[in-house]
Amino acid sequence: MSHSLESLQNVVANLLDEAKQQGASQAEAAVHAQSGLDVGVRLGEIETIERTSDHGLGVTVYFGQRKGSASTTDLTPNAIKETVEAACRIAKYTSEDPASGLADAEKMAASIPDLDLNHHWSVSADEAAEIALRCEAAAREADTRISNSEGASTHTQATAYVYANSHGFVGGYPATRHSLSCSVIAGTGDQMQRDYWYSSSRLAEKLDSAESVGLKAAERAIARLNSRKIKTTKCPVLFSAEMAGGLMRGLFGAMRGSAIYRDASFLGGKVNEQLFPDWVNIAEQPHLLQALGSAPFDNEGVATTDKKLIDAGRLTTYLLDSYSARKLKMTTTGHAGGVRNPIIQSTGQSRDELLKEMGTGLYITELMGQGSNTVTGDYSRGAAGFWIENGEIAYPVEEITVAGNLQQMFQDLEAVATDNDIPSSYNTGSWLIKQMTVAGN
Amino acid sequence: MTTPLDLAKATLLDKPGLNDSAINKVMDRLLSRQIDAADLYFQYSRLESWILDDGIIKEGNHNIEQGAGLRAISGEKTGFAYTDELSTNALLDAASAARAIAHHQQDSHFGLKSQRDAKALYPAINPLDTLSESQKLDLMKKLDALARTEDPRVKQVTVSMVAAHDTVLVINEQGEMAGDVRPLVRMNVSVIVEQNGRREQASCGGGARTSLEFFLNEDKAEGYAKEAVRQALVNLEAVDAPAGMIPVVLGPGWPGVLLHEAVGHGLEGDFNRKGTSAFSGRIGEQVASPLVTVVDDGTLDGRRGSLSVDDEGNPSQNTVLIENGILKGYMQDKMNARLMGMPTTGNGRRESYAHLPMPRMTNTYMLAGESDPAEIIASVDKGLYAVNFGGGQVDITSGKFVFSANEAYLIENGKITKPVKGATLIGNGPESMTQISMVGNDLKLDNGVGVCGKDGQSVPVGVGQPTLKIDQMTVGGTAA
Repeated sequence: MSHSLESLQNVVANLLDEAKQQGASQAEAAVHAQSGLDVGVRLGEIETIERTSDHGLGVTVYFGQRKGSASTTDLTPNAIKETVEAACRIAKYTSEDPASGLADAEKMAASIPDLDLNHHWSVSADEAAEIALRCEAAAREADTRISNSEGASTHTQATAYVYANSHGFVGGYPATRHSLSCSVIAGTGDQMQRDYWYSSSRLAEKLDSAESVGLKAAERAIARLNSRKIKTTKCPVLFSAEMAGGLMRGLFGAMRGSAIYRDASFLGGKVNEQLFPDWVNIAEQPHLLQALGSAPFDNEGVATTDKKLIDAGRLTTYLLDSYSARKLKMTTTGHAGGVRNPIIQSTGQSRDELLKEMGTGLYITELMGQGSNTVTGDYSRGAAGFWIENGEIAYPVEEITVAGNLQQMFQDLEAVATDNDIPSSYNTGSWLIKQMTVAGN
Repeated sequence: MTTPLDLAKATLLDKPGLNDSAINKVMDRLLSRQIDAADLYFQYSRLESWILDDGIIKEGNHNIEQGAGLRAISGEKTGFAYTDELSTNALLDAASAARAIAHHQQDSHFGLKSQRDAKALYPAINPLDTLSESQKLDLMKKLDALARTEDPRVKQVTVSMVAAHDTVLVINEQGEMAGDVRPLVRMNVSVIVEQNGRREQASCGGGARTSLEFFLNEDKAEGYAKEAVRQALVNLEAVDAPAGMIPVVLGPGWPGVLLHEAVGHGLEGDFNRKGTSAFSGRIGEQVASPLVTVVDDGTLDGRRGSLSVDDEGNPSQNTVLIENGILKGYMQDKMNARLMGMPTTGNGRRESYAHLPMPRMTNTYMLAGESDPAEIIASVDKGLYAVNFGGGQVDITSGKFVFSANEAYLIENGKITKPVKGATLIGNGPESMTQISMVGNDLKLDNGVGVCGKDGQSVPVGVGQPTLKIDQMTVGGTAA
């Protein structure tokens, strides 16, 4: 890596000095340096070898209660000076804002725990290609119905990040992320279906094997063959673990302080209200060792802590940064930058047991489009998956939509399965929802 | 006269002190292996954004990005590296990394041979300086006040303004050099309205490759504020949307996002070279109703999706994709054109120097037909009339695509009746195109707001279409 944590700390120290010299009463800065390798293969040949190397710094200055921000990819002393000047110029024109400013000094993380996020992978381009080739080969050899490939890729990156502000807070940490992915096509002509799978981890040795990633991509593509539309109906819906993560994102989007103070959320005024059935518990664990979503402090230097977000079905908190907290006359919850490693408690059944419980209904494994409205909770998205009869997969379905309202869907949550095996920072199994509208023929 | 290329050379070569011999050295390093094609892409971008929210100018940001991307192609293999430092040594390092895609040595004696000047489709200006700061902020405050006085039910207003000044320079293995200076401006007004405890949101905006004065002309920006309020108030009255297959009439302009998703992506050269698109190998076949002619036109003056030259230095073109329902051609960048034995169409685009170019859309639209829009609506017994949309998405392999209606109405007995809530529409690209049974005479392009994402890269695009009727499409409401 071309920039060590120490050199980035010098960059932010210079930034804050420069901001002070230019008259800012408060300032904060974040800087990162990232380097990595991305190797893609397709049909048994190397397709791309990409070396990545990015730098970036961002600074926000406050003149009393007016603020200005600027950012650049250039970390040289000259660029730092110009960037601070640009931020100060912007601050001349923004409005006095009583809620603006750094997070309060006493909220700063007092210590920065080592979350074990940095595990460099010294993989050569040839080695990375060899792994991707094995992955794609496993997918292509899995079944004669695999007709084509979009390829497989191996990716590794190492990032160093430092945040500092004029309270004297300086925090930084290095982190790595490695991944392996594969996308293949089953069937031919107008019967083609594509699907993918991937594995992602802070540690290269914790990635799933190349063969298993390829095999799963192939299985998923083949399972879609001969998909059909179904008749428009109302029925129970099981969202796969991957898709259930999206419903959690919908929840968190509506809990965001910026949506609450703007009256742009269906969860406004709902703290302490029962949103889910009383067996539902959702928590976050920002300090999980080696986890993809872990961070010792939030984007304002505020300590992150374990929290209950939904407790026995009740909404316990909004997700606040210092700005939205001041707007709401509350205190920051350390959520500048979002929720980290959320987890929903399972009700103990496997996915197959939930399919049995559902009996007849829709099992959704893919959603398309935006279609989720934070203001109203209205939900309408394109979907694909499987039609379930007598608790068993009957046939794959596609070109349908699923619609409802998030508030109602949360109330109608009947069970969460144990299949929380998705390589994501969101820890959830499949969600069974009592009833939704499915549009098809 | 100073051309965009002259300006690009001054910014990207002269300023960082990169002379001809430095470029020759870097290109010789890049071409010292068995390479079929290679390019150096230099970029310097400045972007300024302002946000008015909750009645005050809340945020301003100024961003500078610069760097160079180096690409070496050998057959179907691509080596790529980039640097945000514009120095000979940093470029030589990146060249060593990029050429590693090929192994056999070859001699290279690179020299710059020619400059490609293209017809400029927009002025080579820095739009950040085209209004004073007080003019910019006054305009935003005016829109906030206008939206709030438009109707007492308006509870919240957010106004944003973005101006970008992008300077690029491309040098390829042939010794050809091309450059471009690309202004881009964008404004948006978003409102929340409330009535009897029910809240709805709507937004409206526009933009172009021009000066910020664009928003002052013909009260353009004021129109965005009024339109956002009108749409939000309509949604306050909206009833549940129908669920199921019904006839759908799409309004003119932005609903052209249909074409972008249903056919546009599927006609990009890379997917068709690889045989992964639902349209692969179908040139010359009837893929749409005979009423349908779709083009991708990067040559429109000042449009958001337009490019004087693409990111590979080729002038953009007006490419016929579908003519009277027959598939005519794909959108190509250089690599895919070469590998498919087809001409490039000037569709090689990249988000930035840190990304590889791919075939991408510019302004994609359907040409006007002959029907009177009123006649089209009158022809529907029971259906949906959708006039405004959010984003869309497509699976190019299965052809399935979605787009989400933000403003839509029921059609009952040939008349527009009640507004309905937002809903997702889903279809199969090739199939939906054959279901188009009427095409209006009212072609309109969108306001200049489109952003297209592919493989994690975003680029500005345009869409457009006349009013059109699709006989059957699945509408994802809740009223089953």
